[in-house]
Amino acid sequence: MAKQPVDYEALLSSIEASFPMVQILDKDGNVVNNDIMPDLSDDELVELMTRMVWSRVLHDRSMALARQGRLGFYAPTMGQEASQLASHFAFKKQDWLYPGYRDIPQLIQHGLSVSQAFLWSRGHVEGNNYPEDLHAMGPQIIIGAQYIQAMGNAVGQKLAGKEDEVTFTYTGDGGSSQGDVYEGMNFAGRYKAPIVFFIQNNGYAISTPREKQSAANTLAQKAAAAGIPGIQVDGMDPLAVYAVTKQAREWAASGNGPVLIETITSRFGPHSTSGDDPTRYREQESFDYWEQRDPLIRFRNFLKEKGLWTDEKEEELIEKTKEEIKQAAKEADQAPKMKVSEFLKNMHGEPGQNIVEQIEKYEAKESK
Amino acid sequence: MANLTMIQAITEALDQEMARDEKVLVFGEDVGKNGGVFRATQGLFDKHGEDRVNDTPLAESGIGGMAFGLAVQGFRPVMEIQFFGFVFEVMDSIVGQMARTRYRTGGKLNLPAVVRSPFGGGVHTPEMHADSLEGLMAQSPGLKVVIPSNPYDAKGLLTSAIRDEDPVVFLEHMKLYRSFRDEVPEEQYTVPLGKAGVAKEGSDVTVVAYGYMVREALKAAEQLEKDNVSVEVLDLRTVSPVDYETVVKSVEKTGRMVMVQEAQRQAGVGNTVISEVSQRAILSLEAPIGFVSAPDTVYPFGQIENTWLPNAKDITAAIKETVEF
Repeated sequence: MAKQPVDYEALLSSIEASFPMVQILDKDGNVVNNDIMPDLSDDELVELMTRMVWSRVLHDRSMALARQGRLGFYAPTMGQEASQLASHFAFKKQDWLYPGYRDIPQLIQHGLSVSQAFLWSRGHVEGNNYPEDLHAMGPQIIIGAQYIQAMGNAVGQKLAGKEDEVTFTYTGDGGSSQGDVYEGMNFAGRYKAPIVFFIQNNGYAISTPREKQSAANTLAQKAAAAGIPGIQVDGMDPLAVYAVTKQAREWAASGNGPVLIETITSRFGPHSTSGDDPTRYREQESFDYWEQRDPLIRFRNFLKEKGLWTDEKEEELIEKTKEEIKQAAKEADQAPKMKVSEFLKNMHGEPGQNIVEQIEKYEAKESK
Repeated sequence: MANLTMIQAITEALDQEMARDEKVLVFGEDVGKNGGVFRATQGLFDKHGEDRVNDTPLAESGIGGMAFGLAVQGFRPVMEIQFFGFVFEVMDSIVGQMARTRYRTGGKLNLPAVVRSPFGGGVHTPEMHADSLEGLMAQSPGLKVVIPSNPYDAKGLLTSAIRDEDPVVFLEHMKLYRSFRDEVPEEQYTVPLGKAGVAKEGSDVTVVAYGYMVREALKAAEQLEKDNVSVEVLDLRTVSPVDYETVVKSVEKTGRMVMVQEAQRQAGVGNTVISEVSQRAILSLEAPIGFVSAPDTVYPFGQIENTWLPNAKDITAAIKETVEF
């Protein structure tokens, strides 16, 4: 019998071998790979931990506000602090962020006020009224659409000759199955656009587990088909996420084109506050496994070991953040009542006859 | 003045707008060196360079996303969808994203993108190339939908579309591309969006049409002149938003109306126009409004499409029925 033209098993294992997971801190905060330790000052390390704790508090308070009916749609972030905040930490103010709807913490760190984030959640237009210097789009609801838009944004940055300015965008393990995610990466590769794509693989797309999304052993390897680098990183390890992202940003900003980063992470809570019960699709062992890998535990241990962090400091930060969030929720309560006539005015720069007539009708109604 | 086909007028509009405004970018499948499958972008690659005129990968959704992001970065993207039947692949970018951006941001961010695409029946294409899908676009708040019926309007409307601050879907009927020529000024000019044109004046009945059907309506009108029926033919030019002022004014003058569209009866924009005219001018009407359209089937196989498509004969019959009511 003739030999088979190709050894499929060898082919598959060679693909898998190309996407090892980058890690610097183990789950207890021990340094396991000092060679790639990022060059962060003590102040920067503390700032990164501060943002992660801030995000955990934002999560806790958002859940509470949602229970009280003071928030609308909210996608919990607990467990993803390293994936979200440590990646964002590697970008600069001038970089453009195209977030998914779970990426509110990065949006706020990029310059959105907490009260505006709350207004977005409540369904108020002021939540999308971004300041001029905030280089970000609103949270994308259509899973994967942010990838193609972000790609266009990056092509534009390149055409405009912007220096030291990139685009970054996030989706999840579910999102990685969308055609737009591939199209975004493939176009970005073809145009050599300065962009960093993230797949935050938190294990579940609402209830559908990661293994039902794809036969691919890693999601990072999806980059290979677009001819761009794909990296898998321990998404519960802030230092690894930061180090990998920083390298990717430099690569993109230097004109080498896009990078895909898959962060292996976990959401500890439900998909959203709209009635999702994760115990319907997730075993207790899964929660236990991932909670031991909480990014706050390992980073707290690491910083305490270096003498940079104390429980008192964290308590103080938590209280301060709670107060800020309380104020932001109050501020959001002050937002003006919206008018249908205003929306009609914001459909077109130059309205057609139908819109003009309807503005008149609604203004009359609203003045009563 | 030059004697141009509609495709030449379109190329000229693109070329002159690109020369006038460096932010205008043209991209899509095969639009670069090849100049597009219909040659709409002929010569633009050589003249304006690959940065501004380029071949994208073959993926409509990606093209739509690219247009979105480029517009956010201050460019004026003119994207081509090779055939409008492929629009389903890019519906989210156009209807879900571009059309909603101004509203979503409370007027802060506008999305000045043009989606150019050939469509229309009678040229024996494979499936999913010829459908009249303008109704899907016209039903989407936030979009302008423009369909020229002749070379002069094509140049002026496309120039307006590129200069417009909001997303415009610009649909080019394939049968009009090379079927006749028009006097087209060499210098730039605009034909306003949202304004209907009077293709032929008349006093007995108003025919409201758009795109290629304007040609068929004009044929019918010419035919009926012999029977002493004076037909006014209106060309909507923009099918969203519709210029009801012009339509109603004409109907008030003639007292009768026939709506003509190539799309199926349940599709297109005919039902909307008829409904609005019924509300705005019912007391001026002396007969029920006639409606010429294709039947409510999927776009037909090539060998029967000429039977399926509405034509001058159908329009003549509908006008007679309305006039003799």
